[in-house]
Amino acid sequence: MAKENTTLATDKTKMRSRPLAATLILTVGVVLLGVSVMIAISFGAADITFNDVWRAVFSFDASSHEQQVIRELRLPRVLGALLVGASFAVAGAIMQGMTRNPLADSGLLGLNAGAVLAMAVCFAFFPNTSYGMLIVFSFLGAAVSVALVFGIGSMAKGGLTPLRLVLAGAAVSALFGALSEGIALYFRIGQDLAFWYAGGVSGTRWSHLAILVPVVVLAIGGAITISRSITLLSLGEDIATGLGQKTKHIKLFGTLIVLVLAGSAVSVIGPVGFVGLIIPHLTRYIVGVDYRFIIPCSAVLGALLLIWADLIARTINPPYETPIGALIALIGVPFFLYLARKERRTL
Amino acid sequence: MMKKKLRRNMTVMIVFIALIIVIFLISVNTGHIRLSPGEVFATFFGNGTDQQKLILFEFRLPRIVIAVLVGAALAVSGTVLQGLSRNALADPGILGINSGAGLMVMLYVAFFPGASGGSIFFLPILAWFGAAITAAFIYILSYKRDEGISPTRLLLTGIAVAAGISAFTIVLTLILSPEDYQFVATWMAGSIWGSNWQFVLALLPFIAVLMPLVMYKASVLNILSMGDQLATGLGINVERERRWLLFIAVGLAGAAVSVSGGIGFVGLIAPHLVRSLIGPKHQFLLPTVAVVGGFLVLLADTIGRSIIQPSEVPAGIVVAVIGAPYFLYLLARSKA
Repeated sequence: MAKENTTLATDKTKMRSRPLAATLILTVGVVLLGVSVMIAISFGAADITFNDVWRAVFSFDASSHEQQVIRELRLPRVLGALLVGASFAVAGAIMQGMTRNPLADSGLLGLNAGAVLAMAVCFAFFPNTSYGMLIVFSFLGAAVSVALVFGIGSMAKGGLTPLRLVLAGAAVSALFGALSEGIALYFRIGQDLAFWYAGGVSGTRWSHLAILVPVVVLAIGGAITISRSITLLSLGEDIATGLGQKTKHIKLFGTLIVLVLAGSAVSVIGPVGFVGLIIPHLTRYIVGVDYRFIIPCSAVLGALLLIWADLIARTINPPYETPIGALIALIGVPFFLYLARKERRTL
Repeated sequence: MMKKKLRRNMTVMIVFIALIIVIFLISVNTGHIRLSPGEVFATFFGNGTDQQKLILFEFRLPRIVIAVLVGAALAVSGTVLQGLSRNALADPGILGINSGAGLMVMLYVAFFPGASGGSIFFLPILAWFGAAITAAFIYILSYKRDEGISPTRLLLTGIAVAAGISAFTIVLTLILSPEDYQFVATWMAGSIWGSNWQFVLALLPFIAVLMPLVMYKASVLNILSMGDQLATGLGINVERERRWLLFIAVGLAGAAVSVSGGIGFVGLIAPHLVRSLIGPKHQFLLPTVAVVGGFLVLLADTIGRSIIQPSEVPAGIVVAVIGAPYFLYLLARSKA
């Protein structure tokens, strides 16, 4: 009996939302984000001072070599990392909220594999595709995966259990992985593909950002507008319906946002997993269960994670770049294992 | 009742052995130089030309034998895993065996560049160790002191470790030369690459020792698949038996993967197919599963060799393309 009480009490603390913590994360996070961007820009294979960074951004002098490096290489790359991190994290948060699945992540659910297959098709058959089309392809690939994973998961009796989602994700990943592998081997583009996704955000250019920024900003904005409904969905579908939510519409809209975010993130950085798993959990632990706070805070923390991961990836063994996906998996795998051990009720 | 089952089992077995022979004849009849069934028979009884003998005995036959043995080992391994985890979706690939073996091969090729041509006999041993270490790692990670191994946790841990390993292999991919990369990529995609008699000899001891051991444990598997409590009640040391069976399953799958590369899903499909035909009793299930697994890999290899000539699609890709949809179908049908 006593034990029951304590679990109830912990449940209550779990259910609380902490607007104060959220505001703190948002303000401090945004400041930290600014500082991190500056640091990330100034460190790298070519040493650059903060002063140069400042001037390159606010009073650009085209004759300075340092400032050109910043403008053309570092800045787009760091902004790319920022956008990718925010996208993966928000996509993960929405998925975890909508499916009430603690293990939801775009990598584990096969979205990334679908996007990679689409990219492999692009590389093999349409080598001169523009970046805009590449995003569309990657988005479509992710969409096919989602349709498969969610469709199959919900066809089964008992609905979408976390285990079932993860297994379906693993199978879809295996299928699309095999297809991409086949294409890669046949057209001998395997290492090109590997370079693309191991290269992380290094290939980001302003022309990419011009497409990426509006897409991601719109999608995250959309996510914030439906965040209240996602909170209700995360309490259970019945409760959400009882409170007058049109759950079908919200799920559809939410899935669309996830696709856009994951698809565009994968098109930049390749199939990096675990960001969408770690960040929302961390955020939920700090700010509580209200998705109006979780989504923006996840975006900020995800952006921070990726900026630092990218910085470490290119400074750890200069001038070579360490694949950022491997670095994140270094944190992500233990975290997933921890969740899988802890999680007992719904699995 | 028993007799009827036995007869049914024999029928299924004979049908699949016949199918293996048919595929064998087709397989020999595809490729650069074709041998018609008549020529095959003639060569078998010593009446072929030297060229026909060379092709049949030194190129085609070892590859076919390996495909069948690999399939049998993977399928039996999958059956054992499904029995002991009571999860119909377990597969040796899930235990990280493919990714662990792949990582080892990649490490070897990365640190001894250019080795992809020579010293190929060292690779299977290395791959086997990679598979075994990964499986042990996953076992330890999913072990909890008070409740032992939960099948769900085993699956989830396997998926996470495999994801981690594949992220790590990307690091290695980048430092390989293009030739080495092509070798490793083909290896990991599951092409039956070790196609000569030495590899058959390397694989045989594992199969000769572990297969009878599995058969000996068939009744234990039957009891384990009824649930831990019932098994304990019937006087079985569940944790110890499970460890033994895991060890056997890993040994078989590791040996198979070491000569064939990463072939997944055979260990999943074969047991399901057979179970739907002859029921869940492991004494019948295991031998038939071995035959069906052999048939599946031989079929996949033959399809892979003939689908886009003159290049080859690795058997592992063919199996995954067939196996993954089947897995999803099973998942959709599964109960809670």
